[in-house]
Amino acid sequence: MNYWNLFYIALRAILSNKMRTFLTMLGMIIGVSSVITMLAIGQGSKRSIREQISEMGSNMIMVYPNRGRMGGVRMNSADMQVLKSKDFEDLQKECPHVNAITPQVSSSGQLINGTQNAPSTAYGVNEDYLTIRKYKVAEGTFFSDEHVKTYAKVAVIGKTVVNNLFNEGEDPIGKVIRFNKIPLTIIGVLESKGSNSMGQDQDDIVLMPYTTVQKRILAQTHFQSIVASATSESETELAIEEISSVLRRNHQIGAYQEDDFDIRSQEELVSALSSTTDMMTVLLACIASISLLVGGIGIMNIMFVSVTERTKEIGLRMSIGAKERHIMLQFLIEAVMISVSSGIIGVLFGLLASYGINFLVGWPVYVQAWSVALSFAVCTTAGIFFGWYPARKAARLDPIEAIRYE
Amino acid sequence: MKKKTIIDIRQLSRNFQVGDETVHALRSVSFAIHEGEFVTIMGTSGSGKSTLLNILGCLDTPTIGEYLLDGESVSAMSKDQRAEYRNRKIGFIFQSYNLLSRTTALDNVALPLLYNGFIGKTERIERAKQALIDVGLENRMYHFSNQMSGGQQQRVAIARALVNNPVIILADEATGNLDTRTSFEILSLFQELHKAGKTIIFVTHNPELSQYSSRTILLRDGQIISDTQNNSPLSAAQTLAQLPKTDL
Repeated sequence: MNYWNLFYIALRAILSNKMRTFLTMLGMIIGVSSVITMLAIGQGSKRSIREQISEMGSNMIMVYPNRGRMGGVRMNSADMQVLKSKDFEDLQKECPHVNAITPQVSSSGQLINGTQNAPSTAYGVNEDYLTIRKYKVAEGTFFSDEHVKTYAKVAVIGKTVVNNLFNEGEDPIGKVIRFNKIPLTIIGVLESKGSNSMGQDQDDIVLMPYTTVQKRILAQTHFQSIVASATSESETELAIEEISSVLRRNHQIGAYQEDDFDIRSQEELVSALSSTTDMMTVLLACIASISLLVGGIGIMNIMFVSVTERTKEIGLRMSIGAKERHIMLQFLIEAVMISVSSGIIGVLFGLLASYGINFLVGWPVYVQAWSVALSFAVCTTAGIFFGWYPARKAARLDPIEAIRYE
Repeated sequence: MKKKTIIDIRQLSRNFQVGDETVHALRSVSFAIHEGEFVTIMGTSGSGKSTLLNILGCLDTPTIGEYLLDGESVSAMSKDQRAEYRNRKIGFIFQSYNLLSRTTALDNVALPLLYNGFIGKTERIERAKQALIDVGLENRMYHFSNQMSGGQQQRVAIARALVNNPVIILADEATGNLDTRTSFEILSLFQELHKAGKTIIFVTHNPELSQYSSRTILLRDGQIISDTQNNSPLSAAQTLAQLPKTDL
């Protein structure tokens, strides 16, 4: 027996009943395309969240003081005097997987330039801040180590601040503005970054040497936080461990004592924010898989009808020399052909629907190769699985009875 | 010269278990059929002729006894071996034609060759065409089976039985669904095939038809009650000519 002949036979059977084949396929097509579309929407929104978060900084690691008590009073973490200059200096020296690190102190206040004024937040940082948060200087320069050492009264401001304080066309570089009562010389303007994923305006920012904010504004020696950047995304964990061990040593925390600081990474933020979308994706995919299952049962149903309807034909084929496995294969091939072709059509429809949604509604979609491969594989497997039983039923028919079946 | 024995049946019995009862459909039947014979197996319903036909056609195996087809024992064969044997050695013709609908005459005839791995596409089509020419349907090759008359359909079925060049043609009430005129047309086709050297077994309950074959085996209650040679069979073509034309 030439097994290609069986393909030919099965194909003829499918083509001889086009309408029914089409309706059977429809179930699978809807199943496959909805699985692909749902996963594409889920992946798309996940990726857009990830992108927005990664815009905030590169492999960012944030070290905060742990909220704790000071003499029975539960304190705001920013007021905990935990992170000191020595910590920062040691971290700078001892962490090979940290490529940029800056202390951070902040204070909100009113910015005043002549008659114009606006509320803003002043961040005290060092040069590394640019690398960590992916800011770029558009005009002027950023402050240097020298500025940091001398508590220089200089500031680099964001676009929003420029717009708030200066008239259009006015060059802010070299101008002196006041933050509360402290006069600051503007030495640079940052490139615009827009809003972040949480809706914060990233351009409403005033950057100063951290020493300036510490000594001249807050009059304190500790930091509110330390922000660092790991050498790469995969080495974030290592960097966190290094930071943690340096801080535990400096703070003399015993082996079984709790940390007095709290380290968070950008990764955590990503997973926290994408957990909802993950759940939605799983939920949608589940619903879509059910339709795939229903489609598969549709194939089984039709194959059963087909076997019963063609009992006589099966009897004839057997009496002219078809073996059991030939009959079995014929029906199995038929079922697989139906499911594979509906898989292909379903994939095409799924892609079309995904990009259609992206085009019409503007939702971010991302079709992953594995989701296409998966739904296609499930579809084909369903064909074999649901075609198996009817095919076996056909193959087990007694030719004597089958040929006389009316 | 003694002719080759195609079918050799020895002490063949077939029992069916129906509930607690054993039905003896065939009781110790023996006969031999030689090459070039046209045998009518006759019997009323319940005589065991269908059971005999199933066994002769390798669809069923005897409970007791030996069945040799073309020199090989069918009783000992497995299901798959019997399927292959059916494919190579036997041509079936059924009362209700059993053609595939929505399929051309040519494809219907070529069907048995699809299950024969040694025959390629070109040869398959060639042989199917030749078989259709042999039964006088050279102008109907690409007609769909369901667009044909009963007589034409049965001709297609006969062509299908011929296409694998079988050692024996088994016809089961082959004229049962046809009117008198068409029946004789088909019968005369069988006689032509017989003249051409084919071995044919014609199973029927109609005693009239036995006059056209060379030998008649009469079955009753699972036993052979007579086995007669007919040295001067009637010609179906002549009978056809004598039929009143009003039948048309």
